[in-house]
Amino acid sequence: METLAKVLAEHPFVHGLDPEHLELITGCSKNVKFDAGEFIFKEGQEANEFYFIRQGRAALQIFDPNRGPLTIQTIGRGEILGWSWLIPPYHWHFDAHVNSPIRAIALDGKCLRGKCQNDPKLGFELLKRFAHIMEQRLRATQLQLLDLYKQ
Amino acid sequence: MTPKTNDLMHPELFQIKKVMKETYDTFTLELRTGDDSNHLVFQPGQFNMLYVFGVGEVPISISGDPGAPQTLVHTTRAVGSVTKAMRKLKPGDTLGVRGPFGKPWPVKKAIGKDVVVITGGIGLAPLRPAMYELMAQRKKLGALTLLYGARTPEDIIFKKEIKKWRAQFDLDVRVTVDRATKDWHGNVGVVTTLIPKSTFDPPNTAAFICGPEIMIRFTVMELLKHGVAKENIFISMERNMKCAIGFCGHCQFGPHFICKDGPVFSYDQVEHLLEIREI
Repeated sequence: METLAKVLAEHPFVHGLDPEHLELITGCSKNVKFDAGEFIFKEGQEANEFYFIRQGRAALQIFDPNRGPLTIQTIGRGEILGWSWLIPPYHWHFDAHVNSPIRAIALDGKCLRGKCQNDPKLGFELLKRFAHIMEQRLRATQLQLLDLYKQ
Repeated sequence: MTPKTNDLMHPELFQIKKVMKETYDTFTLELRTGDDSNHLVFQPGQFNMLYVFGVGEVPISISGDPGAPQTLVHTTRAVGSVTKAMRKLKPGDTLGVRGPFGKPWPVKKAIGKDVVVITGGIGLAPLRPAMYELMAQRKKLGALTLLYGARTPEDIIFKKEIKKWRAQFDLDVRVTVDRATKDWHGNVGVVTTLIPKSTFDPPNTAAFICGPEIMIRFTVMELLKHGVAKENIFISMERNMKCAIGFCGHCQFGPHFICKDGPVFSYDQVEHLLEIREI
């Protein structure tokens, strides 16, 4: 657990977090691995975890019956995968398909939701960080929608 | 190829030696003059005015190697009447060429620094000569990174060359596409998402950016956020260039003429102008 705590502590996502909050988060985390071709989660499934990607790449996809899986975005090393665990009804909206083998730290969202409920400061700190990620992803998606290179 | 000052409006005849299809709408022309004594010397980032006889003239960046100026190389998309006519030309056909024009990428200013080259779409064409030049100066640079965004995997230009660059140990090449199907296993997302994944030292980095203006604005924002200095960010601007020598005023951009004072500017030179929509 000490190693996991060290790895988590070095991630930019938790920079500035109180040591007791980092400890709480570490208590909800575990190391996970996924092979290429596997799905980390699928659209519609319950969203109870999120991931700090340490190695590898996953594609966020949506399945179209006519065109097959369409990749919206890829998430790789150093990035956070998943925020649906934070927002009711806690279901994934996309598939996360592993492009290259992934090593990650999985954080138990259910466990964290409970801790955030009991400790609003932790809840605020996490929401602040996820809001930042969401803003970045939203901006990137808006740029994608502009289809800039078509001009 | 240094234009004679009294002859700047007079196109010189070049023969097409080779036509290469890059993508469904993008192609590369290799040109030569009949006159072997003519030097085609240019600097990375400069452009020529290419004249398709009976159709018209357009400014096109030089996409070849400044270290191998025997052949003049231009890469462009077939989007307007002139470039569509240009795409139909075959080896042996003739083009009129005026140039080279414009201020180049300041490769010398990058010496001793990390360099990140960020480009999207056809923007890789004007930056390819800079890549050649940077690689020629490789020992004098820190980390060298190329970040390239394309619309789809089918829109990626210079594929063979990008593969070759990726295989080099001293060059970090990252490619992303805006949309992809299951056959693509690389990055998906806009080119700005590659910036945090790259390893360059922001306070000691020179950035060269070329692509659609919106892409440039967002890329600059991301670089500034990471701590790259405004004066070390260089962008290539695009406006409607006609005479290429600052006479006609078509490409006026505030106090600058893109053709003469640009197309490459440092960000701090034009930052205030990018905010003015009417320009």
